[in-house]
Amino acid sequence: MITTDILIIGAGPTGLFTVFEAGLLKLKCHLIDALAQPGGQCSEIYPKKPIYDIPAYPEILAGDLTHKLLEQTKQFEPGFTLGERAETIDKQEDGTFIVTTNKGTKHHAKIVAIAGGLGSFEPRKPKIEGLEKFEDNGVEYIIKEPELYRNKRVVISGGGDSALDWAIFLSDVAEEVTLIHRRNEFRGALDSVEKAQELKNLGKINIITPAEVKGILGTDKVTGVAVEKEGEDAFIIDTDHFIPLFGLSPKLGPIANWGLEIEKNAIKVNNALDYQTNIEGVYAIGDVNTYPGKLKLILCGFHEATLMCQSAYKRIFPDKKYVMKYTTVGGVEGFDGTKKEAPKAVVKAIN
Amino acid sequence: MSVDINIKITDRNGVTHEVVAPTDMAMNLMEVVRSYELAEEGTIGVCGGMAMCASCQCYVTSNTALPEISDDEDAMLAEAFNVQDNSRLGCQIQMTPEMDGLEVALAPEM
Repeated sequence: MITTDILIIGAGPTGLFTVFEAGLLKLKCHLIDALAQPGGQCSEIYPKKPIYDIPAYPEILAGDLTHKLLEQTKQFEPGFTLGERAETIDKQEDGTFIVTTNKGTKHHAKIVAIAGGLGSFEPRKPKIEGLEKFEDNGVEYIIKEPELYRNKRVVISGGGDSALDWAIFLSDVAEEVTLIHRRNEFRGALDSVEKAQELKNLGKINIITPAEVKGILGTDKVTGVAVEKEGEDAFIIDTDHFIPLFGLSPKLGPIANWGLEIEKNAIKVNNALDYQTNIEGVYAIGDVNTYPGKLKLILCGFHEATLMCQSAYKRIFPDKKYVMKYTTVGGVEGFDGTKKEAPKAVVKAIN
Repeated sequence: MSVDINIKITDRNGVTHEVVAPTDMAMNLMEVVRSYELAEEGTIGVCGGMAMCASCQCYVTSNTALPEISDDEDAMLAEAFNVQDNSRLGCQIQMTPEMDGLEVALAPEM
């Protein structure tokens, strides 16, 4: 069981900044995210795109914003449960919570802060009849364990970075790699496209374009896929695995069943006070919440995280006196023993 | 020409809405759909309008002249589902006075 003060669901910019604000109040944080890396949409969808409305940054790339937030929170030593989705929440008799992920990892926390953005990222599944029947029996939407494909025949479909990069990577592992895409053009980093071309010329990747996987064959396990290529009769490719890589799209997911008040796919919160939800001790901050006048902006998420942490502190220590202190005055004392503080003015007499 | 144009948008339930769209607010079609709440929040414009998610895919049913499909939009449509010859991404269609009379239908939710 992982224990912490504030359990943050979602490691996007709002979730990461919460770690900093909580840290100033000496509260420890742990984050859960369905993605394998922190940053949320900023790392998953648009790491190379600029953002222009982060205060004091005339321009910053979304990926760089994530790195800077991680750097800013480092001294507060946040814990991470990555690649797992928060599935259930159980309120304990003492008012604390146990949140369990889809992989059974349990987290015990005094406060839960949902900073889930638009939801957890789930793979987009092509509409092929019977596809779901073969999930984990030859159909995988995410490659977790490349060794699974050693000496196996693999068909990948998709035209983006992940389809290209995995086709390239697996060409060294699998017995046979076929990449199928609806267009002749691939949208990937230029060197990935060139590398794939090179491997195609060497006969290490079989590229079929413009074509589409239309059907799946097998009884218990995948044995082949039916492919339609423009201007040709449909044909079958024998394969052990079919990996559709069409990107991820966010879904609110299990959080929708936590008994929270939901409106327009977002969680209703008390914006007059502290962004708490209808469940005491559970807050929702950033893009995942809604209230009159809500704007889904990173900078609004930062503000919400800050107020939420103050409220969380009062909830955890109802009788302890505290007033907010400027970091310039109080410095930043990390849980790792580091301390940042403003240099003291030098007092020196003038003769 | 007026700065406001009339367009018809058929939502995902098949209901057609006649709406007035401003052309002087740098709005695109996806944003017009959102401003009239013709699709549930969170199911359209997921990437914010970067041609990176295809949640705003629509089918253009009038023969209104539209801006050409950029490489980004084309690549995204190549990976989207339910794509037809008249598919476009709403976020890549900026509202202009010339688009008066545009008719589109939203593609199914992803």
